[in-house]
Amino acid sequence: MTHVLEARNLTRDYHIPGSLFKKAKTVHAVKGVSFAVDQGKTLAIVGESGCGKSTLARIVTMIDPATSGEMLIDGNKVDIAKERLTPEMRQKVQIVFQNPYGTLNPRKKIGEILTEPLIINTSMKADDRRDKAMAMLKKVGLEEKHYGRYPHMFSGGQRQRVAIARALMLKPRLLVLDEPVSALDLSVQAQVLNLLADLQDEFQLTYVFISHDLSVVRYIADDVMVMYYGEAVEYGSREEVFADPKHNYTRTLFAATPRADVDSIKARLARKNAA
Amino acid sequence: MSLFEIENLVVEFQTAAGPFRAVDGVSMKVNAGEVLAIVGESGSGKSVSMLAAMGLLPWTAKVTADTLRFNGIDLLGLSASDRRKIVGKDIAMIFQEPIASLNPCFTVGFQIEEVLRIHLGLDKKARRARAIELFDLVGIPNPAERLGHFPHQMSGGQCQRVMIAIALSCNPKLLIADEPTTALDVTIQKQILDLLMRLQAEHGMGLIIITHNMGVVAETADRVIVQYKGRKIEEADVLSLFESPKSEYTRALLSALPDNATGDRLPTIAEFLSDDQIFAGAVR
Repeated sequence: MTHVLEARNLTRDYHIPGSLFKKAKTVHAVKGVSFAVDQGKTLAIVGESGCGKSTLARIVTMIDPATSGEMLIDGNKVDIAKERLTPEMRQKVQIVFQNPYGTLNPRKKIGEILTEPLIINTSMKADDRRDKAMAMLKKVGLEEKHYGRYPHMFSGGQRQRVAIARALMLKPRLLVLDEPVSALDLSVQAQVLNLLADLQDEFQLTYVFISHDLSVVRYIADDVMVMYYGEAVEYGSREEVFADPKHNYTRTLFAATPRADVDSIKARLARKNAA
Repeated sequence: MSLFEIENLVVEFQTAAGPFRAVDGVSMKVNAGEVLAIVGESGSGKSVSMLAAMGLLPWTAKVTADTLRFNGIDLLGLSASDRRKIVGKDIAMIFQEPIASLNPCFTVGFQIEEVLRIHLGLDKKARRARAIELFDLVGIPNPAERLGHFPHQMSGGQCQRVMIAIALSCNPKLLIADEPTTALDVTIQKQILDLLMRLQAEHGMGLIIITHNMGVVAETADRVIVQYKGRKIEEADVLSLFESPKSEYTRALLSALPDNATGDRLPTIAEFLSDDQIFAGAVR
């Protein structure tokens, strides 16, 4: 079986041009990362800000080209630096961004937001587009009456549902989720995570889930990749990575994650009283 | 006597659709050397109640309270100029977004020295020395050089350290940290929380941490207040809150943690609790 997404030794450099006072510089944002994801599975990419995980997301979503390395989607090699991206390829990968307050156009109604990808990438008729958007609204737990409303009339969790609906309009094979729940409250986060799990079951979606919250990753991921300064320092199944982290940075990350269980609180209070 | 005391605080905003009650009868007490965490979802009024206590809300807000006392001083009866002598000096606040709450037009050195000049009246030399000392305290490398930098030249974690340094500059008796680590990575979050806890213990400050992250609560608090839609739902010491939550809402909040997930689905609050059920167990 071919993987939905396979990356071989992807790298991405950014050139910062020099000036009279500064020398030109090259930033190696991603340094040779390889991974593969199968249909219906979730790969979580974990790392701190600046480690290259969002750059990787842009490469996978075909927004930016990789500097070198190969990316295969459904077994087809993709290189947007050499050839134009076709609507068929665009339909295969979609992305949901972190901040639902910044990614929905405030001057467009929800219906327009949802049908826009269809207008750009398909030759579907207006009626069909509308029907599809209505059906998708229900799929993500919103209602038909929301079709004509503007983004400001929605809460953060509802907006993230709209963003997910928009990403699913083209029936993608692969969904890149760039910190989709980190801007949301705990209870809303639970709702959105449930929704993502339901949608994955229903459409056999493949997720690349980018996050820095390990408790979410442990809940949702099948495979985990930990990135540190552009390199994948750890890559394996969720059980392997969480049970036996090999790299020092992964251990630091685990140690830094706040723990909300009773035993840890008891231990902390005991330490405090002793001091 | 408690360091900081609020009784029956009500904050209302005048809106086009009539008055909106953001905080509805919240009471709390903080002693010196104590860490209180206020937990709640966005819109639960946790930030607004603190801003109200500091007098930082716009004129559209109507603030009433039976008691609003800091260190024996009634904050409600103070004139604006008297209040400004306390706020920023004895009560300091760390805001949520470090990059947005520093002035981009001035160097961080200027911004910290401004506080020292206005509240403590130090001369130029003493100000600079104290600023370097503070930057050193919060763990900013090369403090002397960093004083000349602008906020955009620093990372989010560094800016948050600058905010903490400014808040600590006059040795406050009470520090209010409004989501101090929400915008930060877990590794930086750990450093900032460790720093806050260390400084709190060393200086014997009262510390109020506002957060929606249960992990942060578990790692820092002595006592916890849970708020929902402007009302206090539960107040307990940290261990009993996690061990045996009294209200349905707290129980639901804790079971929504991915850490505690059992089975495939996370339980969500809206699925099994209505507002009436939540408020039924509310304390005053």
